[in-house]
Amino acid sequence: MNFNFLDLIWLIPLFPLCGAVLMLLFGRLLDPQPPSTVALAAGVEHTHDEHTHDEHEHHHHGHPHSHSHEHATGHDHDHDHDHHHHGSPLKVLISLLCPGMVLISFLLSAGAVLQLSSQPGKVKEVIQFTWLAGLRFHLMNGHLATLPFSADWGFLLDPLSAVMILVVTGIGFLIHVYSVGYMAHDTGYYRFFGYLNLFVFFMLMLVLANNYTLLFVGWEGVGLCSYLLIGFYFQKKSAGDAGKKAFIVNRIGDAGFIMGLLLMYSLLGTARFVEVNQKLIGHFHAETAGFGVLSAIAILFFVGATGKSAQFPLYVWLPDAMEGPTPVSALIHAATMVTAGVYMVARSSALFQLAPSASTVVAAVGAFTAILAATIALVQNDIKRVLAYSTISQLGYMFLALGVGAYWVAIFHLFTHAFFKALLFLCSGSVIHALGGEQDMRHMGDLKDKIPITHWTMWVGSVAIAGIPGFAGFFSKDEILWQAYSSPSGSKVLWIIGLVTAGLTAFYMWRLMNMTFYGKSRVKPEVAAHIHESPPSMTVPLVALAAGGVLAGWLGVPKFWTYFPDSFQTFEHWLEPAFASAAIEASRLGEHDASTEWILMAVSVAVAIIGITVARYFYHHKPHVPDTLEKSLRPLHNLLYNKYYVDEVYDFLFVNGLGKGGGRMLGAFDRNVVDGAVNGAGWLTRFSSRISMWWDTWIVDGAVRFGSFTVKLLSYPVCILQTGRVQAYALAVIVGVLLFFGYFVAGK
Amino acid sequence: MYPITTAHYIALSAALLLIGTVGVLTRRNIVIILMSIELILNAVNINLVAFSQALHNLDGQVFAIFVITDAVAEAAVGLGILIALFRNKETVLADEVDLLKW
Repeated sequence: MNFNFLDLIWLIPLFPLCGAVLMLLFGRLLDPQPPSTVALAAGVEHTHDEHTHDEHEHHHHGHPHSHSHEHATGHDHDHDHDHHHHGSPLKVLISLLCPGMVLISFLLSAGAVLQLSSQPGKVKEVIQFTWLAGLRFHLMNGHLATLPFSADWGFLLDPLSAVMILVVTGIGFLIHVYSVGYMAHDTGYYRFFGYLNLFVFFMLMLVLANNYTLLFVGWEGVGLCSYLLIGFYFQKKSAGDAGKKAFIVNRIGDAGFIMGLLLMYSLLGTARFVEVNQKLIGHFHAETAGFGVLSAIAILFFVGATGKSAQFPLYVWLPDAMEGPTPVSALIHAATMVTAGVYMVARSSALFQLAPSASTVVAAVGAFTAILAATIALVQNDIKRVLAYSTISQLGYMFLALGVGAYWVAIFHLFTHAFFKALLFLCSGSVIHALGGEQDMRHMGDLKDKIPITHWTMWVGSVAIAGIPGFAGFFSKDEILWQAYSSPSGSKVLWIIGLVTAGLTAFYMWRLMNMTFYGKSRVKPEVAAHIHESPPSMTVPLVALAAGGVLAGWLGVPKFWTYFPDSFQTFEHWLEPAFASAAIEASRLGEHDASTEWILMAVSVAVAIIGITVARYFYHHKPHVPDTLEKSLRPLHNLLYNKYYVDEVYDFLFVNGLGKGGGRMLGAFDRNVVDGAVNGAGWLTRFSSRISMWWDTWIVDGAVRFGSFTVKLLSYPVCILQTGRVQAYALAVIVGVLLFFGYFVAGK
Repeated sequence: MYPITTAHYIALSAALLLIGTVGVLTRRNIVIILMSIELILNAVNINLVAFSQALHNLDGQVFAIFVITDAVAEAAVGLGILIALFRNKETVLADEVDLLKW
């Protein structure tokens, strides 16, 4: 069949969009609210009028599922099999349609990527139309741009976006399948899938866009979907708050990104990636000394990336984002959306290459975030929160790699991380599902044999993230450490931070594994009876992702493992055309001898094994040791447990300080200055009107009244004559006639 | 027997004028006032006819006919007003109808 997938890449995002539109417009018809819910809720509200509002809510959400406490924690999938109600049979349609749309996108993507690999330039640009046209603007040198700025609705498939669309659609599809099982008992099933499909659409727009403006459309779109899905259980205040927090914190980053974009447009006059890269490479020199406009653009872009990819100081929204359903945490807040920042920086590699000071900032922030988040993860007790901090830490690794100029390594880690972190989140979801909504690891333990598939797949994920040789995380993480050590823009400090983080990662992951699956069971007795393995729709994606978590790394075997053929380094070769840095990297190959690399690798593996061993010793063999340590290092533990009080500091500085304090100040300004001016103007008007009223009353009215009074006074004698009696008038006439008569007679 | 001269007519006319004038000024009933006005007009008529006869000029007689016509019209209008007035005020006394003042 002669089918050109490359010309059809614009179809890839379209299918999830169709799914989303169908779900959000007509989903309610396919998945109506169970009528019993409404009836019961109404009945409850009638009969329990004396209850407080909270109890109303409680009954309202609790009754249909008979597990009200699960609603309170936001996980209302009940594990009681007698209680399954699947709602309308049409719900099956949703379960087929939405994952199906993503599957079609995946197949189209796979076809397109296969055809791309046989193309010589490995770049395919499809421009459909111009959606922002004819904006004239001033270039930085003050002249009006000769060509008006315009943004295309165009798609660019190159090795970088190829990796991204395969990750988004492939892992996205697996998570959709998982969600079919996980969300089966939730109300708002159609809403969930509608948002999820919408997210996939925007994410594909983000990674397939051929210009920064369209990328920004996807960027904001995924932010919107993230907000909607974090707040999916919007009845719960904490979920709504978390959604708002994510949205607002992301806006801060986006403000930086927008400024960077505008600065870049006015510098280069174009937004297309291809043209931007050409102009940057052709017309600009690296800003080795000092801080120029390119560094400013790069830093502003990075500010955007810190928001979306949860880097210090804007990472605070990601742990709270765990309020969303677990598949959302896996898809959006681990595998895809949070890597958008990494993708964007990698996409701007030519820019960052020319701005070494900005790259240094990226590397430093990445390394700092990695170790900061890893230390916080050491003491958290919520299983999803540990994974959230782990995600932040791993994203820090990616930025570390980007900062030292190893762009392909960052994307490689993004790729492997997408597999094992999605796997870990889905496994944690499976655990939570099995325990009926329990997320606190202190109430887990000894689940190994009760949910074996979940256990083994999670084991694979944990080994992969810890960096044990052979598993995916090992290859990418080791490559990052090597690059941090050896790259000209890297340093030993960065390497040591990365190494320590690797040890911490191994420790907290094994702490999680031990607290969850091994040791004594601390499961609450009323929950223990119901523990069960998840349905196949959930376990099959787990197994598939576990396979990815093992195999994904073998695409990027270290170069000094010379006994592997070249095809084991497919990943690097594949991405070579996408990054300007590839040639530089190739040139310094062989500067370090293989023995250094062997030593570094051995050190990092040793650190990982130490981390695992210590965790196993602490939480399995001697469970009292952590407690005694916790007691003896109380201040340190408190510091870590409370996440370095960053949220509190932000609350104090920004929410209360800048936000509320500023609000108070503005309120005072309003009351005193603005209102004062208004009141003063009002007073002045009243004062002047009083003067004018006095003038009116006494002068104007006085004159008028005086006039009328005079007339009245003068008319008074005349009035007396007008009696109204006709005969009196007649008499006057006759008297008058007689007088004239007499006058004339006498006058003669 | 004395012949009836113009002076006699004028004396009669003057008498009628005086009676009419006094009637208009002194009587309260509007009907009587109207009748008094007729007396005044008739005094005028006698004057006109007398001088017409004395001066051998018919103009005065024609003028008398006009005055009679005028008197008829005046009586008709006056009585009409009077009836309308009586319907509204239930009075025919001139001094009780004194609304038209300041």
